[in-house]
Amino acid sequence: MKDNALIFEISKPGRKAYSLPDCDVPKQNVEDLIPGEYLRDTAPVLPEVSELDAVRHFTRLSQLNHGVDTGFYPLGSCTMKYNPKVNEALSRLDGFTQIHPYQDETTVQGALKLMYDMDKMLSEITGMERVTLQPAAGAHGEMTGQMIIKAYHEHRGETQRTKMVVPDAAHGTNPASAVMAGFDTIEVKSDDRGGVDIEALKSVMSNEIAGLMLTNPNTLGLFDENIKEIAKIVHQAGGILYYDGANANAILGISRPGDMGFDVVHLNLHKTFSAPHGGGGPGSGPVGVKKELVPFLPKPLVEFKEGSYYLDDDRPLSIGKVKSFYGNFNVVVKAYTYILSMGADGLRQVSEGAVLNANYIAHKLKDKYLLPFDRVCMHECVFSCQKQKNKGVSTLDIAKRLLDFGFHPPTIYFPLIVHEALMVEPTESESKESLDEFIKAMRQIDQEVDTDPQQVLEAPHNTSVGRLDETLAARKPVLRWMPKE
Amino acid sequence: MEIEKGLKYTKEHEWIRVEGNKAYIGITDYAQRHLGDIVFVELPEVDDEFNAGDTLGTVESVKAVSDVYTQISGQVVEINEELLDNPGMMNKEPYESWLACIEFTDTSELDQLMDAEDYKKFCTEED
Repeated sequence: MKDNALIFEISKPGRKAYSLPDCDVPKQNVEDLIPGEYLRDTAPVLPEVSELDAVRHFTRLSQLNHGVDTGFYPLGSCTMKYNPKVNEALSRLDGFTQIHPYQDETTVQGALKLMYDMDKMLSEITGMERVTLQPAAGAHGEMTGQMIIKAYHEHRGETQRTKMVVPDAAHGTNPASAVMAGFDTIEVKSDDRGGVDIEALKSVMSNEIAGLMLTNPNTLGLFDENIKEIAKIVHQAGGILYYDGANANAILGISRPGDMGFDVVHLNLHKTFSAPHGGGGPGSGPVGVKKELVPFLPKPLVEFKEGSYYLDDDRPLSIGKVKSFYGNFNVVVKAYTYILSMGADGLRQVSEGAVLNANYIAHKLKDKYLLPFDRVCMHECVFSCQKQKNKGVSTLDIAKRLLDFGFHPPTIYFPLIVHEALMVEPTESESKESLDEFIKAMRQIDQEVDTDPQQVLEAPHNTSVGRLDETLAARKPVLRWMPKE
Repeated sequence: MEIEKGLKYTKEHEWIRVEGNKAYIGITDYAQRHLGDIVFVELPEVDDEFNAGDTLGTVESVKAVSDVYTQISGQVVEINEELLDNPGMMNKEPYESWLACIEFTDTSELDQLMDAEDYKKFCTEED
């Protein structure tokens, strides 16, 4: 059997994984029941396999996957931390999984209390007044935040505020979310220390500015120490300060966006608060706001009165619903479990560990890999493989070679303002031993660039498939299997 | 790295070929090298009006999506539709692969741009 055969390719005519009893009701022709225009002309070509064929096929595919449960996953800006199994156990409690969103409020008090408490805890962590749990993930949270800002300005009659400022180091989702919410974006450059260029920021301020979207620490993994001044500049111009919480893993229990001057914050529960990413389940991107923006939050919010919790839809200035029902509730349960199991001191330790690990890697590799902003970093560090590139080996090649050592490659070519960027976010989950293994591999690859460049240029060698042609895949994508004519 | 003489250059790594009151705009060899294999391009439409500094189009490579800017104000009179089917042309022949042609009236904007010599220095500083 071919190692990477599609299930269609192992199909044998007539082989099947079922055996049904004889039909005990009169058979009818499908043509008599469904109008011809809705029926396909030819039978679909489906794979014909045995149950064992199917089980082996999908088990093998699952083994080809690299997850945080199988190995180090230093994908910068994504916070691929370990997802504690206790989160899964608690999110599967019958009281959470066997309820229906249309059930009477009096019968789901536990779930409502959890949402109410989560609002309180996330508000405390971020320094906000109230939090909505509706947004389904980070970028959805961003868009929700942008819609709230827009509604706020419009309510005040300041409809001329149509411009959102976004630094050049921002996550690509920032300008996209602003545009989705109906703003035009203005880019401001970073200064030579990797922070927002204060003069550039001042120069774009006007009464047309709706606000500024900022990540702090930013995508270079650097904390912008000018944040108070930045907040002052934006607020003086009448703008709202938006905090992209993608990098919140660096600041838990240490500093709060609300105290820095931010007015709106989104968090990624599937990053910072240990709910799984991607295939492990959907995301969750709660949005918190300061007091003056609370009326505009999506509805309903959970309120507490006379001993019971209820969903409050009586919110006339609300931007409305941004997600069916109450968001990805099950993900919220996982994050809630995480916050309670860590406790306040534990959350602070998370960020301390994440920052220590990133600085350890930066320190141990910066003699071999250029560190364009050589400062104490936060939860991630951004190298440039420019020295290696000058010798003919690119960041992409280095990332591919890392696969041979069993590591998921770091984020590459982001942020855009660093040439040949390689962005490492180890998270607090990793031990010193696993960091040392990664450092050793990175140093060996650097050596290979001089001694055996083909080894790097032709990597990966140990994976089930070698170097994929990403250009061909993008230009002429094959999106589905097609039967041979 | 190739820098063609006789063209004007921008700090965002676009080149501009001036023919009368028409400006052909493309991305430089430096830009295509840093972007890597280009897989998609978005062009403006004929008759679109632009001010200097506006986004003229978008170039997507396997690494990133980048805006292409115009530093010349004016109206688009022609676009290079060939690039839509074959964006890799920008990698192979960056100085032949213009994205759009803009008809302009204000010649003073041209004075703000770099010549080949200045652009070469600029690229050295960028690296």
